[in-house]
Amino acid sequence: MKGQKFPDILRKRKSEILEGWMKRQLSLAGKGTTPDELRKQCVEFLDLLENLMQNGGSLDPNDPKARPIIEFLKELSKDRVLKGFSPTETATFVFSLKEVVLPLLQPLAKNEETFTHEVMPLSILLDQLGLLTFENYIENREEVIARQQLDMAELSTPVVKIWDGILALPLIGTLDSQRTMIVMEKLLQKIVDTAATVAILDITGVPTVDTLVANHIMKTVAATRLLGAEVIITGVSPAIAQTIVHLGVDLSGIMTRATMAEGLKLAIRMTKQQTADERRDGINPLEKGIAAMQPAKGQKGPR
Amino acid sequence: MVTVSRSTRLSIANEIDLVRARQEVRVQAQALGFSLVDQTRITTAVSELIRNMMKYAGGGTMDLEAVRNGVRAGLRIICVDKGPGIPDIGLAMKEGYSTSNGLGYGLPGTKRLVDEFDIWSEVGKGTRVTISKWR
Repeated sequence: MKGQKFPDILRKRKSEILEGWMKRQLSLAGKGTTPDELRKQCVEFLDLLENLMQNGGSLDPNDPKARPIIEFLKELSKDRVLKGFSPTETATFVFSLKEVVLPLLQPLAKNEETFTHEVMPLSILLDQLGLLTFENYIENREEVIARQQLDMAELSTPVVKIWDGILALPLIGTLDSQRTMIVMEKLLQKIVDTAATVAILDITGVPTVDTLVANHIMKTVAATRLLGAEVIITGVSPAIAQTIVHLGVDLSGIMTRATMAEGLKLAIRMTKQQTADERRDGINPLEKGIAAMQPAKGQKGPR
Repeated sequence: MVTVSRSTRLSIANEIDLVRARQEVRVQAQALGFSLVDQTRITTAVSELIRNMMKYAGGGTMDLEAVRNGVRAGLRIICVDKGPGIPDIGLAMKEGYSTSNGLGYGLPGTKRLVDEFDIWSEVGKGTRVTISKWR
């Protein structure tokens, strides 16, 4: 007769349980969940619970009979996370049912045997269901956080073309390994896409430059050079400059300027110089093409 | 006589903890009246130590203490981990030496950034680094 009595009570006094349960939860309504919605959720849960109890009341996730109620609670937790419920408010859904149901089982609790076979298992089951909502809540919350972190890493590293052949990359926040990798990838791709020859890496928004960050910057510079472009580091504050020197990190091989404006000036000069050189040497891409077609002529460009 | 007026303990496990620890150190250094350069130095030193802790030991704890020696105020930071320990401290303190493809400036650089630097390590037991900066 295990797990038989409560389903009977549940069936007979469902509306009474439902009302009592709703009453306890109504303070939560208005937080994105309407009373109608809440009632629907409660009715569905009670049906699922009844079903589960009739099937032996096991909550094994591998048991197909337990799956509907587990799925239902998963959805409920997800919904509540998105609506901004607190963990307690989410778990209250199941735990408040316990407050309503246990008094109804009082007659059963007086007898030792019915207590162990009826009341205890139900109490444990409801606790498990409550913990399940809680766990799902945390899982959903972690998902949201992980997504936000990814968004942040993506959003905070824009590579902007600010002049012909010049890219700017304002770095903001903490440069950890993962973010530096995203930055480097984006920068190198953009250099190839736009045929840029100078990239300005602005670190005004990076609060701490330790050896790891310095190492990341140096690697980014080395990789950029492999593509035939140059990097100018800008936005080094006086305090960070002194700290880098004290640390012993040698950034002397890297072009740096105090401000982004100075960096841009230098970059423009560099690109102008480059075009002038190319014009003089006659390796302007267009002329190069003509020269290739007419191998007899074309050593010098028009001057 | 060095007296501790306030102590905060942070546990370090990931990069978010690192950011939090750095912010905490910066705020306290600011409150103690350190100059901007010194704030940056202490924060960078802490960043180095915590990165080491995460890389070699997977985490640990950081104690941040506001200390006082007579009229001088200062900040003392104690980083403790239960990692593999450092077999040869002399080598670890050498410029340009790294077991992990880093720059090798972490520990010697940190020492230059602060006023007092003390390192204890035992293989298999862990590492403790204590740094202090006086105002």
